Formats: sequence, C-alpha cells, structure tokens
Amino acid sequence: MNLTLHVWRQKNAQSEGRFVTYQAKNIIPDMSFLEMLDVVNQELILKGEEPIAFEHDCREGICGSCGMVINGYPHGGHRGTTTCQLHMRHFKDGDVITIEPWRARAFPVLKDLIVDRSAFDRIIQAGGFISANTGVAQDANTVLVPKQNAEAAMDAAACIGCGACVAACPNASAMLFTAAKITHLGLLPQGQPERYTRVVRMVEQMDREGFGGCTNIGECSAACPKEIPLSVIARMNRDLLVAKLKGVN
Amino acid sequence: MTAALTLYRTTIGKKAVMAITGFIGYGFVILHMIGNLKIFEGAEGFNEYAHFLRTVGYPLVPERGLLWTMRIILLASVILHVVAAIQLTRLDWASRPRGYRETRRKQATFASLTLRWGGLAIFLFIVYHLAHLTFGLGIPNFGGHETAYQNVVAGFSNPINVVIYIAAVGALGMHLYHGVWSMFQTLGLNGPRTDGLWRGLATVSGILLFLGFSTVPIAVITGIVR
Repeated sequence: MNLTLHVWRQKNAQSEGRFVTYQAKNIIPDMSFLEMLDVVNQELILKGEEPIAFEHDCREGICGSCGMVINGYPHGGHRGTTTCQLHMRHFKDGDVITIEPWRARAFPVLKDLIVDRSAFDRIIQAGGFISANTGVAQDANTVLVPKQNAEAAMDAAACIGCGACVAACPNASAMLFTAAKITHLGLLPQGQPERYTRVVRMVEQMDREGFGGCTNIGECSAACPKEIPLSVIARMNRDLLVAKLKGVN
Repeated sequence: MTAALTLYRTTIGKKAVMAITGFIGYGFVILHMIGNLKIFEGAEGFNEYAHFLRTVGYPLVPERGLLWTMRIILLASVILHVVAAIQLTRLDWASRPRGYRETRRKQATFASLTLRWGGLAIFLFIVYHLAHLTFGLGIPNFGGHETAYQNVVAGFSNPINVVIYIAAVGALGMHLYHGVWSMFQTLGLNGPRTDGLWRGLATVSGILLFLGFSTVPIAVITGIVR
C-alpha cells in the first residue's frame, strides 16, 4: 500500500521545525510502523537526503525508546501497543498519517521525532535508593508479600518510561509515570524504609522539571502501552499527603 | 506548618486544597438545594426556614453565629479554590509551549476538559446570584430574608433570570460530574475497588443537583409557585 506522511522535521534543539510531506510506497501490511519509516528512510538516503530521526531499540515493546504521536494519538492509539508494535495492517492504502514528536516543555525536541526524556531519569534519581541488608541473603520465603500487592506492584513496574502519558496529557503532566514508580516500590516490603521520603523527593523533582498538574482526565492511562491504571496516581497522592502529615520535608 | 507549606508548593498539594475546598462547596450546594426545595411548602414554610438559618444554634452561639461561621468558611473556600485553580492552570498551560497539529482523545469527557471554564462560569454566577437574591438587584419590593419567598417569586418572574440560573446549575452539574470523583482521587481515597462508587456518586450528584436546583425557577415561571 501507499501512504502519505506529514512528518515533523527539526534539525536540532535550537532550530525551528516544520512538517514535511513524504510518500511511503509499497508498504507491506505486516511491517511495523518503524519498519515503514525504515523504508521511507532508505529512499531518503538513496536520494541523498537526511533520514527521519526517531528513537528505537528493542522493537518488541519493552524498552520504552520509541514513541511518536501518530494521527493525534501517542503510539497510534491502539490498546497496550507501542509504536514499534503497531503494524501497518491498521492502516489502509491511501491513508494520510501525521507524525509528531512528544510535545512537552520538559521534553525538548532534539531532532525530528526524538525528544530528550532525561527529566524522567532525574525523577528516578530523586527517588534515591532502597535500604538492603548486607551479609548473607536471607531465605526469600521469609519476606511475605500479599498476592494482590505483588500483582499491583508488578503492574506498576511494567512502566517502560516511554513518556506517552506526558504526550497524551492535556497538561503534559508526568503524574502517571512518577506514580507508577512510587507504587511499585511502595507496595513491596523492600521499599518501606524510604517510602515517604521517596514520594516527597520524586514529586518535588517532577514539579521542578516543568510538567503540568493532573486534572484527572485519564488520557495518560488510556495512552499507556503498559496500561498502567489511574489508581496509581491516587496512591501517590495518598503517600504524599501521609508523608506531609508525618512531617517529611 | 512547614509540612503544610512545602505540601502547598507541590502541584499535588494545590490539588489537595482544591479537593478539600471543593468538598466544602459540594456539601454546601447539597444543603442549599434541600433548602431551596422548601419553596414548595409555601411562603410561610420557606420564610420560616430563612429565619431558622439565622437563629440556628442560638442560644448556644450568638444569633446568626452559625450563619456567619458558615459564610466565612465558604468565602475562604471559594478564595482558596480559585487561587489554587489559577496557579495550577498557569502551570498546566506553561507545560506545553508548542501544541500538536492533531490531537485526539480517548478518555476525556466534555466535563473534564471544560472543568476550569465551568468553574469560571460558576464563579461569575455566584457574584450575580448574590447580587440578585441576597442584595435584591432588580427585584421590586425586596425585603431581605423576611420576604425570601416573595423575592424568589419576583426574581424568577423574569425569564432571563431563569435561563441564566438553569445554565449555571447545568455548569454546576458538569463541574461536579468530574469534580466529585476527582476529589476522592486527588486525596488518595480512591482505588480499584472504590472507583465505581465515586464515579457513581459524582454522576448521581451532578444530575440530582441540576434537577433539584432547576425545579425552583421552573416552578415559578410556570406558575406552580407564585
């Protein structure tokens, strides 16, 4: 099939970007969205033009590198799907596709569709460490974790940090990301000693990065390729309020 | 105290202030609606209720003591709610300097996307509403709370006031449809098991308050209450 693409092209962080139209020819429905862009790029290279820059790594939906807004939806808007796992069978011949980078003050565009997501790394860093005993490891079975907590912590830990939550949020808020990280440690026994200082530090850093606030709209969770539930945000709010009641600053 | 201030510095802290002050407002509109419906008891019943609001708690507290306590709490809540909303809106708007060419939504509702505009509409309505039925602007022979019933009948005999009132309580219903659920979510009192409960409460609150408030002006303009 043949497609028309409107792609955001931007030389570097300093330059002004613009949309450029490309034709994607002879696309096979079994290709992934990134493979379709690879085909377009091959043609651009042969013509001596600069290929479209986009981030990618594992191409199996678990690394969180890829991500672009496709026709107004982060990752193309299919449930639980990253851009690399989005297949061209969801499009039909003659479709016009708009491809844009994540848009947020905290995620400046570096080049074309690549944004700088270091703000997420700094939020993780602000979370700090968990205390662990040195010496001989105790028998794993002595630490009890209720089944439902293990499940919920695992669901939150599925976050790959792709940034689709920020991209989808009308306020470019990073609450779903930060809350997922806080939930996955806060629900497990290993995360308890630093639980309240961690939430305070991470929320502080999140705000410092210039993300917006949460208006409980739910676009983040709907766009999340790992389907992290909105309930993690309620949990983060609760932990922060409890931390402040305990006087953690 | 330090904790309260450092909490307010965070976006979540500002939202918590909005949730708590919103809860106070929510409680107020429920009581206000119940009070309004006493119009169907007739002039005597309604005016007696207006009188009761001034004497409730007396002699334990001074006359109008509870009324003024409530008024001060409500005024403080409105101020805090609006200030936090403005601060958060500024942060939210600054967070995406360049928008998308194309944006689609999956989860957003009309109520959630227009929350702040609905809030602005409600704020303007409060100013108008106080001028109209508390201070008697545009009501001939306005007699304050002594003639509360007659004020309502005179106030709503003009269809323009009825239209403004119903539009405003419509905005209130929409605001609560998203806001009541948000309150619990923001204060961390929500989880997978309670989500349906709070969504349900928000929907029922929005609809019932809209219907309850609209009944009075409709009853006046249709001549059921006169």
